[in-house]
Amino acid sequence: MSSVHTALGLAVAASCCIPLSSLAADETDPAVQLQQLKEQIAELRQGYELRLQALERRIAELQSASAKPAAAGVPAAAAPVVESPPAAAAPAAEPPPVPVAAAPAGGSASAFNPAISLILAGTYANLSRDPATYRLQGFIPSGSDVGPGSRGFSVGESELGISAAIDPMFSGRLTAALASDNSLRVEEAWFEGQGLLAGATLRAGRFLSSIGYLNDHHAHTWDFVDAPLAYQAFFGGPIKTDGLQLRWLAPTERFLELGAEIGAGTNFPGSDVGRNGIGSTALFAHVGDDLGTDASWRLGASFQHYRANDRPYDDVNAAGTTVRNSFTGSSRTWGLDAIYKWAPGGNARSQSLTVQGEYFRRTESGTLNYDLQAQAGGPASGSYASAQSGWYVQGVYQFVPRWRLGVRYDRLDSGTPEIGLVSDGTLAPADFSLLQPARPSRGTVMLDWSPSEFSRLRLQLAADRSRSTETDRQVFLQYIMSLGAHGAHQF
Amino acid sequence: MTPNFRFVLFAALAAISLQARADLSVVACEPEWASLAAELGGDKLKVTSTTTALQDPHHIEARPSLIARMRGADLLVCTGMELEVGWLPVLLQQSANPKLAPGAPGNFEAGRFIVPLDVPARLDRSDGDVHAAGNPHIQLDPRNILKVAGALSARLAQIDAANASLYQDRFRAFSGRWAEAMGKWEQQAQPLRGVPVVARHKNMNYLWSWLGLREVATLEPKPGVEPNGGQLSQLKAQLAAQPAKMVVRGAYEDPRASRWLSEQAGIPDVVLPFTVGGNDRATDLFGLFDSTLSLLLAAAK
Repeated sequence: MSSVHTALGLAVAASCCIPLSSLAADETDPAVQLQQLKEQIAELRQGYELRLQALERRIAELQSASAKPAAAGVPAAAAPVVESPPAAAAPAAEPPPVPVAAAPAGGSASAFNPAISLILAGTYANLSRDPATYRLQGFIPSGSDVGPGSRGFSVGESELGISAAIDPMFSGRLTAALASDNSLRVEEAWFEGQGLLAGATLRAGRFLSSIGYLNDHHAHTWDFVDAPLAYQAFFGGPIKTDGLQLRWLAPTERFLELGAEIGAGTNFPGSDVGRNGIGSTALFAHVGDDLGTDASWRLGASFQHYRANDRPYDDVNAAGTTVRNSFTGSSRTWGLDAIYKWAPGGNARSQSLTVQGEYFRRTESGTLNYDLQAQAGGPASGSYASAQSGWYVQGVYQFVPRWRLGVRYDRLDSGTPEIGLVSDGTLAPADFSLLQPARPSRGTVMLDWSPSEFSRLRLQLAADRSRSTETDRQVFLQYIMSLGAHGAHQF
Repeated sequence: MTPNFRFVLFAALAAISLQARADLSVVACEPEWASLAAELGGDKLKVTSTTTALQDPHHIEARPSLIARMRGADLLVCTGMELEVGWLPVLLQQSANPKLAPGAPGNFEAGRFIVPLDVPARLDRSDGDVHAAGNPHIQLDPRNILKVAGALSARLAQIDAANASLYQDRFRAFSGRWAEAMGKWEQQAQPLRGVPVVARHKNMNYLWSWLGLREVATLEPKPGVEPNGGQLSQLKAQLAAQPAKMVVRGAYEDPRASRWLSEQAGIPDVVLPFTVGGNDRATDLFGLFDSTLSLLLAAAK
């Protein structure tokens, strides 16, 4: 320890000498001189504190490194660590620099500030069809978050993320989305704990559900501007659960993860059922591994159940009158997802390929209520049952560093729903114009350029046949900028 | 559950737990630490590395296989200094292994035991991919290896107290051989002192600082930023006025820019192993430095 003390003494001496010599050279009037003196003392104090903290940190590290063997009665092994303090270690090396900007002052209130990250995103969209007429033909609308967005320039959601460890047991995260209409939305607000059971993580609050592959990936990490049609049709965009998630990693050599979620279930495809207990449940399983050093894969399966009570939507009946309908019943969705990543030698820096696909199948059964507001001879109620499916596949190829090319194909199949009010002759199929069977599809190509890991510019072209008859030709230019704390990337 | 099935399940669980108890399972983030752990732990450790010498340690996919591997690990040995910041936190979070949590004895960061170079005076991403804690490519100075070895040996003894004396004996033997090898390398490297070189990325600075080579430029205009044609031409002009002996890169780095400059400036394009496994000779830490020195000496002639 004595050499550490020597180093400490040297550092103190050094920090005292430098400002003194500069003081002697000063020759101005007393007031200015006094001010300069004060500033220099303040500087001196700050530099001195930082150096002391750096040294204290090293002492603590050295002590923790040497404590155990010394106690075991064999100090020799740890000796070289202690005997090579910064100053004496390396005659050829530079003296240890003082990490001025790097280390927050240990005692100050800001030292425990959480990590803050900010995502800025925006698009320019050129759409051949008016986005106000957008619909996914054959599907009960899932909310306002579907479709290509507005024409022209628009600021996407700016995403503010704050995260930190809470105590030795818990950590937490908040993600707030600042939307272009000046509203603030809570995307995620959760804490999680580990260590209750080996391999288990319990998360509580609002979180991105782990069903599917893309769902728990933040939008700024997606490979395309928009979510796959299947996500838009079945979930109204990524599903956020207010509730609990338990995930467990099996102690096997091959990655196997099982998870369950319970939640309020008030978001689409559920609705507020106004009762105690659990509104939604979800189960998921993931398995994955490497194929040599070049490639890796993951497969997933998921199931979720939601309950809807008077989940409303607007439709147009055969006479062209807008009517408000609603669905009451249960909604079950099965999903399968697969992803394969390849890079020569496992080094994705210069070249890589990612292929992924997901399939969802949803069955809904219950009651369909027609014309709740009595605009067109309603209200009337009858049974409703549907089985609908959707999938997408996409491939993204990074052909040189920083440049990626991607293609995606989306397809949905609405099936033919069984509507009691139609089969018993009360209403005609045309009275439910949105539910007329259709198979929406979309083809997408994108090219993006990432000058660094923190910025990305993207061009995306799509032919969107979500409306039954007409094709919407879409051109997007998008930017995604990442500021602040460096978030790690999920597989 | 039939009794038969119950027996199979029990046997399987017992087999899993027995397997996990046999050795200390060590996961290293980089091959140099895997190699060092193997030197210090011998057959008491089951060591794997999450990356290879042909992968850029800044950019690793948080693959499912790595999550599974970290689930059962007793000790994680990484560089730290934010080198693994883009992927390790996800692995730690998803593997839910409290033994490896930051601050726990099972989380060993080599960078905490060395004197960092290039600690930035200001932190600003307009300076490129800078690391607040300093340059994290610490393994190319063998004096760092020795410091990390001492600390890692102590950590192994702390985690696996039953074998503490074995780790200490192995460390003593290793440090003896290492000090001898270092003396030999420093002797061999005399002609390299003051030799001007161009590196691709700022990942060789510990090597330069040990051997006294002079880095006159890097191909990347800023750390982590790919050079463009204009910047390379400018570099070529700079080298015409202020020549360098060689352009150096690690085995994992993209060769294109280095090859171009090598042809244009008429100096050798030297590919260093950078870490264990980076070429055929670098099969362990000793081979890493043997190979590095012979490549540099051959190019400096």
